Amino acid sequence: MTALHLASPGLAAAAGTLAETGRTSAGEALLFWCLAPIMVLAALGLVFARRAVYAAMSVVVVMVSLAILYVAQEAPFLGVVQVIVYTGAVMMLFLFVLMLVGVDASDSLVETIKGQRWIGWLFGLGLAGVLVGVVLTASGIAPQGLDAANADTNPVGLARIIFGDYVFALEVVGVLLITAAVGALVFTHRERLTRKVGQKERADARVAAGTSLVPLPAPGVYARSNAMDVPALDAQGRPIDASVSRVLRVRGQERSVDEVAADNGAGDAARYLDAPDTGPGTTGGVGSTPPQRSITGEETVQ
Amino acid sequence: MNLSNYLVLASVLFSIGAMAVLLRRNAIIVFMGVELMLNAANLAFVTFARMHGDLSGQVMAFFVMVVAAAEVVIGLAIILAIFRTRQSASVDDVNLLKS
Amino acid sequence: MTSVLPALVMSGSQVEGVAAAVPATGVLSLAWLLVALPLVGAAVLLLAGRRADGWGHWFGVAASGSAFVVGAVLMVATLGAPAQERVADLHLFEWISAGAFTLDAGLRIDPLSLTFVMLVTFVGTLIHVYSVAYMEHDTSRRRFFAYLNLFVAAMLLLVLADSYVLLFVGWEGVGLASYLLIGFWNHDLPNAVAAKKAFVANRVGDVGLLVAIMILFAAFGATDFETVFGLASGANEGLLTAAGLMLLLAACGKSAQFPLQAWLGDAMAGPTPVSALIHAATMVTAGVYLVVRSAPVYEGAPNALLVVAIVGAITLIFGAVVGCAKDDIKKTLAASTMSQIGYMMLAAGLGPIGYAFAIFHLLTHGFFKAGMFLGAGSVMHGMHNEVDMRRYGALRRYMKITWITFGLGWLAILGVPPFSGFWSKDKIIESAFAADGGTGWQPWVFGTVALVGAGITAFYMSRLFFMTFHGSSRWPGHRVSETETVDEPVQDPHESPALMIWPMVVLAAGSVALGGVLAIGNAFEHWLEPVTGHVEHHDPVLPIPLIITLTLVLVIAGAFLAWRQYAASPVAVVPPRGSVLTRAARRDLYQDEVNEGLLMRPGQYLTRSLVYGDRQVVDGSVTGLARVVAGSGELARRWQTGYVRSYAATMVIGVVLLAAVVLAFRI
Repeated sequence: MTALHLASPGLAAAAGTLAETGRTSAGEALLFWCLAPIMVLAALGLVFARRAVYAAMSVVVVMVSLAILYVAQEAPFLGVVQVIVYTGAVMMLFLFVLMLVGVDASDSLVETIKGQRWIGWLFGLGLAGVLVGVVLTASGIAPQGLDAANADTNPVGLARIIFGDYVFALEVVGVLLITAAVGALVFTHRERLTRKVGQKERADARVAAGTSLVPLPAPGVYARSNAMDVPALDAQGRPIDASVSRVLRVRGQERSVDEVAADNGAGDAARYLDAPDTGPGTTGGVGSTPPQRSITGEETVQ
Repeated sequence: MNLSNYLVLASVLFSIGAMAVLLRRNAIIVFMGVELMLNAANLAFVTFARMHGDLSGQVMAFFVMVVAAAEVVIGLAIILAIFRTRQSASVDDVNLLKS
Repeated sequence: MTSVLPALVMSGSQVEGVAAAVPATGVLSLAWLLVALPLVGAAVLLLAGRRADGWGHWFGVAASGSAFVVGAVLMVATLGAPAQERVADLHLFEWISAGAFTLDAGLRIDPLSLTFVMLVTFVGTLIHVYSVAYMEHDTSRRRFFAYLNLFVAAMLLLVLADSYVLLFVGWEGVGLASYLLIGFWNHDLPNAVAAKKAFVANRVGDVGLLVAIMILFAAFGATDFETVFGLASGANEGLLTAAGLMLLLAACGKSAQFPLQAWLGDAMAGPTPVSALIHAATMVTAGVYLVVRSAPVYEGAPNALLVVAIVGAITLIFGAVVGCAKDDIKKTLAASTMSQIGYMMLAAGLGPIGYAFAIFHLLTHGFFKAGMFLGAGSVMHGMHNEVDMRRYGALRRYMKITWITFGLGWLAILGVPPFSGFWSKDKIIESAFAADGGTGWQPWVFGTVALVGAGITAFYMSRLFFMTFHGSSRWPGHRVSETETVDEPVQDPHESPALMIWPMVVLAAGSVALGGVLAIGNAFEHWLEPVTGHVEHHDPVLPIPLIITLTLVLVIAGAFLAWRQYAASPVAVVPPRGSVLTRAARRDLYQDEVNEGLLMRPGQYLTRSLVYGDRQVVDGSVTGLARVVAGSGELARRWQTGYVRSYAATMVIGVVLLAAVVLAFRI
């Protein structure tokens, strides 16, 4: 609250000029012209980003910028709420859901509905034009500023209205939120149709399926690279695909051991990797030391 | 600077959000487009409040935020439920309205 | 009153002695039983169903017979009354009451209707008895008797009705019963078609009767005979002519007169007793009855009467010519009926001088034609339902009683004295020579036609008789000649059972004696006078003895010609090609073709074009509208892709357009 108290007088001083001149302060104009292009670009990212996570991050940028603009427009309370509710809650929720749904498949931009693309563009731009035309009819209004309304600080002014004129609406919104929470629970609740699968059942299933009984191997951890996207090597020195996260593999974002070796400048690494099936005896390895190890930089340790 | 610039920005953001709804097929991105449109409207509300010297506009924006929050909860729950049954988050795969 | 009376006397000057109706009292009030008894018989037989199979036929005979008894009682009672009180009206109940118009259902008991009652019930009962044996092997004999009873009841209602409307009820009843009976064996398509043909031809006539009733009602505001006939004498001639022509159309339909005669030959599809009933007693006589009954209407319309005579003359020759060529025994008899009814119509068309003779000939004809039809049925019974006369021959040796009874009927129809036909037919020929007061062209034309008709009648009836009962036997089982054999079931001609024989014997007795008895002292003429009126006869254009001589010469010549050709010389089993006239006559002088080309095909084209118009225009507009709706629905359906984004797009489009409109009008 103290932060808001501090912010308000400064902005109120700027608004004083607003009511008199009808124009914002130069500082606010500067802020707007800095933020507005960023916001538009970020918003366009929503339209063009191939991956949902990028789109979500660009929306976060838009929303944080909006919060700043709210504060600049003498609405510090809304600015804070914007940050807390939108960027803090809503967008995090989006990201959670993105992770649950799976971030692996990138969204194809190829249109399937006939005519939808040009309708989207034509009428999207048309909407922009029409809306600009509509809002510009309000340009003739002389700005009043919020000095009088924010006399007892902005949150107090809002509270007087919310708990005065709009108290009933507030109660209804409260009910709405509770209903939404319960609704979300109901939607996501899954009725158990089969017997619960316990540890024993899982183990039995694995034995029956003949797959690995132990947990999947971790990604490769090497002297100069312990990234998640590099596969581990098995006893024969071949890369284990399953050790890299499925998501990375689907996206094609994993790196081969070869690339890592190149990064490390180990020129002879390819020699071993090109013929992984030949076995340690033929690769010219030193002693019982697996040649793969030498690639990953343990050589240098030795 | 004229306050109308804020309104123009709001219009542009709103249109971009609408285009996102129209052009994207990922239900989550479509949903984010909707959120962007709501935010654009909020910006317009706040600007109008400042123009008229009346806090009611900000109150309205506040309610929009609250309702949007509830909407997001429900909307994402629906998307999740659909994804579970259909293994897809594309809005084009949900076309039971036809036939 | 004083002013009306002279007019009545003036107009009725030609016809004197027509009796006014008196209310029926005493035994005459039982007249309703005449209609009710056979009607109850029909109802019981139809409703009782299979339970009545065992006794139904005798029940039918009893219903018809009891009607005859009632008729005889009425006859005796009427004979006992003085001539001027013989016309009685029996009020039954108020039938129709609509505003100022009331119509009572009532029966008119007078010499004319009683004559018909006696003919219908007596001959009808005999045919009932005959049918008991004839239809013995038919599984639906009960139904047959129900229809016969219905037929008799309808005919009795027709002749007893005291108004045109009630007469129309009986008229339609007769049409219905004939339809049911002609198509009695409707499991064969030709029979059903024949029944339909008779029905349709009758409908044409019925329209005429309806129109006539409407004309009379429009003119006189009443349909009962008493009122109509009372007012007819002072009515407009054009009106009466129209009514008379319409009545003639009705009569043509029912009595198979030109040009509606085509159905009669096909009506032979029914069982033979039905043919006898139709031809002798119940159906075809109705037309003659209608004309004679409507005499007061025709009295004021001499032109209509002339048309009646012309139609009768045409039909007379037409039927006779057709009869000469037919090989089917029943169809020959049917053509003969047509011709004889033509005589009656001719007589009726001659006006008051002919009415009595028309009815007289109808009566005698009823006897001998019924007798001959029953004889033909007997022959068919003995010949496995063979109807081709060329397959008969020499049957007199096998069916003696049929031969004798048929022969008596044959002599009667030929008009050989002293048989019945002579007394009635000769009078008609005499009357024809006295037509139009014995002046102008009419007596010569009608007299000659009647005279020639008698000669042709003699030829074709003798042909029928000789081909059937004389000459060489030509049925399978007998060698036709040295080379010709017929490979069909061997015929075994035999005499019919007693139940069939006795009605024929009774009718033959009537054929012999009835005419002579009733002609004594012109008894029949005087008997009908209360209805037809007394009229002084004009002298024919030729002396009466000469007419009789000429007639007899022609008859004998015709019979001799037939004997020479069909008895003395062999008859070919396969009909020879014959002359143009023969071939035409075999096909009923192309009457069916004429009807088809003149009426049926244009009618079909009309209905077809109407149907086409209905389909294209009326239905087309409806289906077109539906198609437009369906098409627009199909177009609108394309918008419903089911994709949420499409719906979102439409929303955006709508918003943009709306906002653009708002913007355009605000600024």
